[in-house]
Amino acid sequence: MSNLRIIPRLDIKGPNLIKGVRLEGLRVMGDPQEFAVRYYEAGADELVYMDIVASLYGRNNLSDIISRAADQVFIPITVGGGIRSVEDARHILRSGADKVAINTAAIARPELITEVARRFGSQAMVLSVEAKQIAAGRWEAYTDNGRERTGLDVVEWVQRAVELGAGEVLLTSVDREGTRKGFETDLIEAVSRKTGVPVIASGGMGSIKDFISAAKSGADAISMADVLHYGRMTIPEIRMAARDAGLPVRLT
Amino acid sequence: MTSKVTILDYGMCNLLNVARAFQVLGADVLVTDDAATAAAAERLVVPGVGAFKDSVDEVQGRGFDQVIRDYVATGRPFLGICVGMQMLFDASEEFGEHRGLGLLPGRVRGVPALTTEGAPQRVPHIGWNHLVVPEARRSWEGTFLDNCVDESPSVYFVHSFAAVPELESDRLADCIYGGHRLCAAVQRDNLMAVQFHPERSARQGLGMLQGFMQL
Repeated sequence: MSNLRIIPRLDIKGPNLIKGVRLEGLRVMGDPQEFAVRYYEAGADELVYMDIVASLYGRNNLSDIISRAADQVFIPITVGGGIRSVEDARHILRSGADKVAINTAAIARPELITEVARRFGSQAMVLSVEAKQIAAGRWEAYTDNGRERTGLDVVEWVQRAVELGAGEVLLTSVDREGTRKGFETDLIEAVSRKTGVPVIASGGMGSIKDFISAAKSGADAISMADVLHYGRMTIPEIRMAARDAGLPVRLT
Repeated sequence: MTSKVTILDYGMCNLLNVARAFQVLGADVLVTDDAATAAAAERLVVPGVGAFKDSVDEVQGRGFDQVIRDYVATGRPFLGICVGMQMLFDASEEFGEHRGLGLLPGRVRGVPALTTEGAPQRVPHIGWNHLVVPEARRSWEGTFLDNCVDESPSVYFVHSFAAVPELESDRLADCIYGGHRLCAAVQRDNLMAVQFHPERSARQGLGMLQGFMQL
């Protein structure tokens, strides 16, 4: 198995880094560039940027923020939010992103997954999933930042998207996001067991215990925002604790 | 003396990140889609993100396959990155059978979906992995990898396919994934290429690019 990746997630609204709870109730944290550079220097394995209002306006506005980040940050960058076409994907990749994360547009037109994968490689095509629990062991995929239902079963949708060419899954639990109550480990397990591609768990990290249980549930990478943005934990602390727990992490 | 690095633009992505990395290291960077400019480079870099066939089609459609061949024959330093490495081989099995540039004997094959013990493993191989010295080499002394910050550097991989060189002597570095030895870097004289992304591998990767600039 590869080393478990530690991935700070930067949710962006306009020019600002924001943080919410269950993708709502947004609070402005500051300039995303300052956070990105700090996380890079602290040894982050990757960064995820999400334009959280892009679907609302029908476009991703992150290209300037990404291009600024890419001047100083030399680790992989994934960008999501409002990417609707191969042309949108190209624009974001040209700005300095390494991968695009697509949710809403992929649900509306699943062939987009294949088109992006064919043009830029599967590794650049990350399926972004916003999951809400609907019953024990069952989750529904949502779009538009957890606002719109789709009727799609998360596990079935992920399997189909991977067949279409998605090379990685960014799996966000809308129920847990921003709550610090821990990752939805049943969801991580259900998805990671049914797919051959790497799964990035997102939503709910409050402590190192949560990190460890997400890893043990099958996550290949763990994304976190709240714990880092509010300075309640540092990346080296997470890395050390993961290593002490016997998890494979990069030694920086 | 400022080191000059020319990056070949053949219409795929990721050029800017490679350019930025060399710029941060103080190189005089030129990104070009002009054959004559590429042919006159002091150091030529061919990056790559994307599918093998699209990349080779773009390179051949612009006549850059001959530019690369002629350039490599001059003995000046050449660096291929990711698909820019895979293209150097005879053929790839990605989305069907496709011919490469044939500068190095070998094929590009899928990363094994099972570990050597038969357990399923993730493909693509995404993430940080350590480089190891291949059996046929004793060390990285004198190569551009010599400049990285520790003996077993951790670098960033993102790939579903990997080159399998026919000649052990072409292997410069390997990584171990699910017990399999994957080719992570090759070198034959001035022809160098890496499967991982040095421009995405933080300090260690930047150290390698610096090593290339000093050749």
